[in-house]
Amino acid sequence: MSDISVNIAGLKMKNPVMTASGTFGYGLEFADLVNLEDIGGIIVKGTTLNPREGNDYPRMAETPYGMLNCVGLQNKGVDYFCKNIYPQIKDIKTNMIVNVSGSCPEDYAECAAKINDLENIPAIELNISCPNVRQGGMAFGVTTDGASQVVRAVREAYKKTLIVKLSPNVTSISDIARSVEDAGADAVSLINTLMGMSIDIERRKPRLSIKTGGLSGPAIRPVAVRCVYQVSKAVNIPIIGLGGIMTAEDAIEFFMAGANAIEIGTGNFIDPAISVKVAEGINSWLDAHGCKSLNEIVGVID
Amino acid sequence: MKQCKDLKVVAVEYPSDGYVLLKLTDDMPFTDIRGGQFVEIKVEGSPKTFLRRPISVNYVDLEKNELHLLIQLVGDGTRALSELKVGDSLNVLFPLGNGFTQGTAGEKVLLVGGGVGIAPLLEYGRQLVEAKAVPVFLLGGRSSKNLIMLDQYKSIGEVYVTTEDGSMGNKGFVTDSDVLKESSAVKFDRISVCGPKPMMVAVAKFAKQRGIKCEVSLENMMACGLGACLCCVEKTVRGNVCVCKEGPVFDVNDLNW
Ligand SMILES: Cc1cc2nc3c(=O)[nH]c(=O)nc-3n(C[C@H](O)[C@H](O)[C@H](O)COP(=O)(O)OP(=O)(O)OC[C@H]3O[C@@H](n4cnc5c(N)ncnc54)[C@H](O)[C@@H]3O)c2cc1C
Ligand SMILES: Cc1cc2nc3c(=O)[nH]c(=O)nc-3n(C[C@H](O)[C@H](O)[C@H](O)COP(=O)(O)O)c2cc1C
Ligand code: FES
Repeated sequence: MSDISVNIAGLKMKNPVMTASGTFGYGLEFADLVNLEDIGGIIVKGTTLNPREGNDYPRMAETPYGMLNCVGLQNKGVDYFCKNIYPQIKDIKTNMIVNVSGSCPEDYAECAAKINDLENIPAIELNISCPNVRQGGMAFGVTTDGASQVVRAVREAYKKTLIVKLSPNVTSISDIARSVEDAGADAVSLINTLMGMSIDIERRKPRLSIKTGGLSGPAIRPVAVRCVYQVSKAVNIPIIGLGGIMTAEDAIEFFMAGANAIEIGTGNFIDPAISVKVAEGINSWLDAHGCKSLNEIVGVID
Repeated sequence: MKQCKDLKVVAVEYPSDGYVLLKLTDDMPFTDIRGGQFVEIKVEGSPKTFLRRPISVNYVDLEKNELHLLIQLVGDGTRALSELKVGDSLNVLFPLGNGFTQGTAGEKVLLVGGGVGIAPLLEYGRQLVEAKAVPVFLLGGRSSKNLIMLDQYKSIGEVYVTTEDGSMGNKGFVTDSDVLKESSAVKFDRISVCGPKPMMVAVAKFAKQRGIKCEVSLENMMACGLGACLCCVEKTVRGNVCVCKEGPVFDVNDLNW
């Protein structure tokens, strides 16, 4: 058995595999199908200060080796989360992390401050990159100024581990990563979905209600690996890699590119127990390759 | 409790052109499956098919411990399923969704199905009989070719059919059936519908006008099937809700139709 426990900016995880926001609900939806406590961390649904209804149906389109979505951050707001959902998840013995979104720095900060008070939430992941909200995430995630503005506001309000999730829909993801590191982020996670579009040619209509959406799944993996590699050369804070991971071998690729931990999103739809299987697979891979710990392979690509 | 496991294919039948009936079995008994619930199948051997495919439970044969799925071949995923062989295994996530309202003794329930929407009504009808309720089927199709497995339905309850070309039963849509004529329709305590949306809308309207309780089963596009991704939502009086978890069966009064 190799040592696959990791410490991401104070966040102790029994293994480096987390489930990605928006793909694993609050964890509870999967409780029959996978032992939640065997997952390194669970990042719950995107949460905003105020409730959001999300976009109209259809919100999903299958694409080659992936899917597009335009859910649009449907959630009942942070107060509902604190009052009704937190009590149901607070005793799950793994890292329960909340993904926070907003439309202005003040909203992000206020939302983060409320979550700061929840004892069993050791970290938040700041979604400055959701491509679906017209006046929201995108505006912050795509410029260095916007990104650092939001991160600074949240850093003031939030005292625990602050992970900032980056968008690949930018000219230089390294520049954005550097600016959020400077603004006080403890770690970065990447990538969020790639902006995409699909058209039903018979109906001559886009497949998604708001025309465009975020692409996820194996189709985006090479883009994600490239982003992780570039960011690992740009910052000194820990990196959480994600984008199309379906197997332990996929995960190893991210570690070699410079990730310290990984997340699995769309893969949960194909196999609800994928996170635990990938964690076990990482262990076996390291054993088979004579590695005593995960650290031996992190960032080996120069 | 939901499970995700490999089930064994024990029969692959072709009840009509363009349909396949898969019969699956397992070491564990198929209990606690409600009529109207569905499964999500992982399709192998079809590179274009990435996500699981939602398919209703067509029938549970308790004696043989078989789970039946009636599938219309509409694309690559369903076509790959039609090429399964006896002895293959199939990874299935089940049971999902809420299912139709459970029956009570003595009530008379009209089950209306169109196209492959007839699939879940067979198991639901079986369960109604088990609950000592009386199911009556009203099945519609484009022509007699599309009305499949009628004998199975007849073994459970009275069956009325309509075809658009008049090749069997009343000519027209399900709403043109004799069983919905004023005098006979009032006999039903409630109506459960599964089929193309225009059909469900028409039946729902009919039921509303006459004050008969009516529920419909929706087929929104799904990704997770577990209520986690929020891709499959339908607008309801309670806002956007997941069809995979709070549905697929909805009281028509809850929908914005
Ligand atoms: C709750 C539910 C129960 C269903 N029960 C049955 C059943 O008992 N028998 C049956 O034959 N069909 C059923 N369907 C429809 C079935 O899921 C689709 O026909 C199937 O997914 C098509 O896959 P494909 O790869 O062959 O076709 P594709 O080429 O992928 O698509 C053909 C069409 O199928 C529909 N479809 C495709 N993917 C999905 C998806 N993920 N979710 C919903 N619809 C989709 C779309 O309308 C699409 O245009 C059900 C759907 C739902 C949501
Ligand atoms: C249906 C769906 C909903 C998502 N919702 C969110 C969200 O609320 N917040 C967020 O930061 N990312 C969200 N994402 C992005 C994922 O967390 C992840 O970054 C992306 O899907 C890439 O990983 P994957 O290829 O493993 O899915 C969502 C993705 C999907 C498919
Ligand atoms: S399909 Fe994911 S919530 Fe319904």
